[in-house]
Amino acid sequence: MAVNIHIPTPLRVYTERQATVTVEAATVGEALSALTTRYPNLQKHLRDGEGKLRSFVNVYLGEEDIRFLQKEATPIGANADLTIVPSIAGGAA
Amino acid sequence: MDAARRLDLLTSKPGPTDEWLAGCAGLICRIGDTPLVRLKRIAEGVLAPNVELWAKLEWFNPGGSVKDRAAAGIILDAERRGLLRPGMIILDSSSGNTGIAYAMVGAARGYKVKLCLPANANTERKRILSAYGVDVVFTDPLEGSDGAILKAREIAASNPELYFYCDQYSNEANWKAHFHSTGPEIWRDTGGRITHFVATLGTSGTFMGTSRYLKARNRDVHCTTVEPDSPFHGLEGLKHMETAIVPPIYQPDGLADLALGAPTEESLVLVRRLAREEGLLAGISSGAALWAAIEVAKTLTQGVVVTIFPDGGNRYLSEPHVWEG
Repeated sequence: MAVNIHIPTPLRVYTERQATVTVEAATVGEALSALTTRYPNLQKHLRDGEGKLRSFVNVYLGEEDIRFLQKEATPIGANADLTIVPSIAGGAA
Repeated sequence: MDAARRLDLLTSKPGPTDEWLAGCAGLICRIGDTPLVRLKRIAEGVLAPNVELWAKLEWFNPGGSVKDRAAAGIILDAERRGLLRPGMIILDSSSGNTGIAYAMVGAARGYKVKLCLPANANTERKRILSAYGVDVVFTDPLEGSDGAILKAREIAASNPELYFYCDQYSNEANWKAHFHSTGPEIWRDTGGRITHFVATLGTSGTFMGTSRYLKARNRDVHCTTVEPDSPFHGLEGLKHMETAIVPPIYQPDGLADLALGAPTEESLVLVRRLAREEGLLAGISSGAALWAAIEVAKTLTQGVVVTIFPDGGNRYLSEPHVWEG
C-alpha cells in the first residue's frame, strides 16, 4: 500500500530535499525500511547500530505516536501518512 | 546581593533608577546567583586528581532555567530604551524555556506574552505556558525552531506598534545578560581559578556573554561550544548551527577555542547518571554540556572546568526515553 512519509527539515538533506516520500509498505517498519533503502544515508540518523529506532525519534501514524500503537509492527492502511518528528531545537542556551 | 546590584548585573546599561525597581524588584532580583557545584562522583576515576569539574545549576532560577537571565535582560533593556511600553505585547519564538521566562517576567511587569512554539514542544512546557496565560501560536513541528522564528517575524511585521518582538537570537541584551551575571558569578565562585568554560549552543547567548566576560578577566580561559553532533538529534533546545538559521549574536571568532558535537544517546546516559550518582535531576541539554566538559577535562592534568546546566529534569518527565536505561 502507498504510504506518504513526511520528512522533517533537518533530514531533507538526505532525501534530495524531498519533504514527502511515498513508498509501498504494509507496516510502519516496512515503510521506514523502504525509506532508508531508497536513501541509505538516513539509516544512521533513524536507527542505532543494532537496527533499532533511535530512542528520540518520534514516528506518528496520522496523529498517533507509534509507541502507543504496535510500534514498528503497526499495520498501515492505504494512503496513510507517516510523520518523522525531531526533538525540538533552538534556544536552551 | 542588594536589588539594585542584581538589576545592574542583568542589564548592560548604567545602573537602574529607583523607578525601575518599583514593582519588580522582588521576583526579578531572584534571577541569577545560582549554585555552582563540584561533580565528584562522575569525575572519579576518569579525570586526573588535580582536575576539578563544576556545573552551574540554572534550574535554581525562579522560572526554572538559564533563560530567566536573557528574558529579564531583554525586557528591562527594551523598557529602558522605550521599545516596550505599557499595553504592548511581548512576542518571540522559543522552544519553551525562554517563553516560560518571558511569561514570568512579563506577568511581573504587567505585559501579555505571545509565543511561537513548535507543536512538538513537550507537554510540560505547554502546560506551564498555559498556566501563565501565554498566547501560544503553534508552528509546524517538521520545521522545528526555525519555523517558529519565521512565524514570529511575520506576526511582528503585521503590527509593530502592538508587539515588542524580543528576537532573542539577534538581541544583544541576550548575551549581555550573561556578560553581567553568569560570567561574574562563575569568576567569583571559582575565586578566579577557572581555566576552562564549556557551554551548549541554542541562541548562543550563554556562551557568548559568559565567554566574553571570562576572557576579559583572563584571556587564557579556554572556551568550548557544544552542539548536537548531527542535524537530526534528541538534544532538546540545542542548535546544529551548520544546518539551522544561525543566530546573529553567535560570533565565535576569538571566543571559541574548541567546538564539540555531542552525541544524543551518550548525553542521555549522563543525564541519568547525574540523577542517580550526583543527585542532580538535570535536563537533556545538561547531559550534552557534561559530555563535552568531560571530554575537555580528560585532556588535562590540572585545571578547573566549568559548565552550565541550563534546566532541570522535571521539564522532561513526560519523555520516558530520557529516563529509561
